[in-house]
Amino acid sequence: MAVYKKTYRPYEGALTASWRRLLVIPRYAFEDLRKSRFLTIFYILSFIYPLIASLIIYVQHNASALRLINAEGAQRMISINVSFYMGVLGWQSMLALFLSAFVGPGQVSPDLSNNALSLYLARPFSRAEYVLGKMLVLVILLSMMTWVPGLLLFGLEGYLEGWDWMTANSRIASGLFFGSWIWILVLCLLALALSAWVKWKPAAGGLMFGVFFVAAAFGAMVNGIQRTNWGHLFNISYLIGSIWVKLFEGENPTTSGAVFFRAPQGETLPIWCSWAALTALALVCLYMLRRKIRGAEVVR
Amino acid sequence: MDPVIELDGLEVRFGGRPILNRLKAALTGRSIGLLGPNGAGKSTLINTLLGFHKPTSGTARIFGRDIRTDARAVRSLIGYMPENDSFIANMSGVRFVRLMAELAGLPPAAALERAHEAFFYVGLGEVRYRALGTYSLGMKQAAKLAQAIAHGPKLLFLDEPTNGLDPPARLRMISLIQEIRDRGDLHLIVSSHLLRDVEECCDEVLILKNGNIAAFCNLEEERRANKRFLEMETRGESNGTFLAAMEKLGCETAPGVQGRFKVILPDGLEVRQLYELAAQQNVQIRRLNHRRDSLEDIFLKAMEAEGGLTAAGQAKAPAPPISEVRSGGL
Repeated sequence: MAVYKKTYRPYEGALTASWRRLLVIPRYAFEDLRKSRFLTIFYILSFIYPLIASLIIYVQHNASALRLINAEGAQRMISINVSFYMGVLGWQSMLALFLSAFVGPGQVSPDLSNNALSLYLARPFSRAEYVLGKMLVLVILLSMMTWVPGLLLFGLEGYLEGWDWMTANSRIASGLFFGSWIWILVLCLLALALSAWVKWKPAAGGLMFGVFFVAAAFGAMVNGIQRTNWGHLFNISYLIGSIWVKLFEGENPTTSGAVFFRAPQGETLPIWCSWAALTALALVCLYMLRRKIRGAEVVR
Repeated sequence: MDPVIELDGLEVRFGGRPILNRLKAALTGRSIGLLGPNGAGKSTLINTLLGFHKPTSGTARIFGRDIRTDARAVRSLIGYMPENDSFIANMSGVRFVRLMAELAGLPPAAALERAHEAFFYVGLGEVRYRALGTYSLGMKQAAKLAQAIAHGPKLLFLDEPTNGLDPPARLRMISLIQEIRDRGDLHLIVSSHLLRDVEECCDEVLILKNGNIAAFCNLEEERRANKRFLEMETRGESNGTFLAAMEKLGCETAPGVQGRFKVILPDGLEVRQLYELAAQQNVQIRRLNHRRDSLEDIFLKAMEAEGGLTAAGQAKAPAPPISEVRSGGL
């Protein structure tokens, strides 16, 4: 119907499925994010490390390439093992923290600052779907930065080394996948919760870093004063690092976590404590979201 | 006629304080006004029907669908224009309405088309690509209406639609609401504390007071009934005879001073016959008014009645424990 017919008419066409409505939010968010040159450049640059890692894997298996650059001995220096993949995951996860600090605060706060949330929830669209839709934005972005390149690198190494290597190191693949997901979920929940409570985006972004670095400093202080290791419970990078070590290496760890996500040997806490602390953090975030994501404020 | 909204002992409490007090009503009108002073529970009722607040007890049904068990289906039938500012500041108007239409289930292409249509319909066609944060108050109100109708709802909730509008903008908003109402494609619930808005837009009115139903009236029936009630002023020497002649025709009369009196016409008697009668009696009718028991009168009576339920402006006391009304009569 042409717009010049200025009249109201009911809609009689087909409706989309519920699950497709969930994807509406990420689609609009990605359109907005694409407009930011800074974010686009940052996102592209975040793939440099995996590219370098893939080159290392390629060169390590290609003697002629090494001969070309007169570095035949380099083959012995490079080893593609748990540390290599943890390094990739650590770097990418730190970049993921930066990205979620830039992107996360812009997710919920614009809807809350001018009460648009009531319009979302006045439609056949639940609070859970709203949160999931917003989370999907970060989940997709962060997945592309963490476990997707990690598994591609694992696949490349497996392709060059052979099936035996893949089966022998399958724990690395599962560690990359599940370790990334734990980190992604923590980042998503934290970013959305802070975005829901702090409407000023720079402050919400700053708080993201605050939660990681200030809390870690507080934990270190507790450790120093109380001569204990329990202060690590405030250190999210420690918690993640200790879980990664478990996921990648099981009961006999040879590393103390990844770059930026160290769980120093000798200072370890029972692994269930790390899980419990992260679960508590997630529950706090969900509670914060539950309090803020509602169609109408109740003034008691 | 099946009720549009059926309140079935609907009770909402916040922190133990009753906000809606076991409301019971069946509303069937095309355009229903929700009236009440601030804090009467109008917005809470709308928010509860939308599923934003959980009823403490009782329930409500919209087009027969229970808001407790079928909330998603209920919301798919509804368009909602909230009282307060509701927009995403840095999003263009048409993109915002498109987003809302897509969330309501329209495919992207249809949502975009209808977003453009809705913006032209509410008179914002020329500014539809501007960021909503730059809109004036009147434009924001119109944009809220656009997002409420873009997905083609069957029931439209308008919460204080003329809030903060200047007189020309208010007139535009009222005429838009009247146009939507007169097309007959959807039902309207207009919540307002402005009696004139409700009087101009609605054919049924539910008056809330302290979370109870204080009155319910069908404005159309009121207007019809008022047409039978006349106030007259006459000049002439045979006023007494004229009154007697009118009573012979079946009128009830109440004489006043200086040739003024009140008349209730019987069914079937037209005003023209009174003029003919006056001419025969050599009496001049200098003034003849239909009584207009305005919504304001009805509202004031409802507010004066101690929590009682009134119908058509007639106070009934004492208040029943459960407020119960049914459209079309009590």
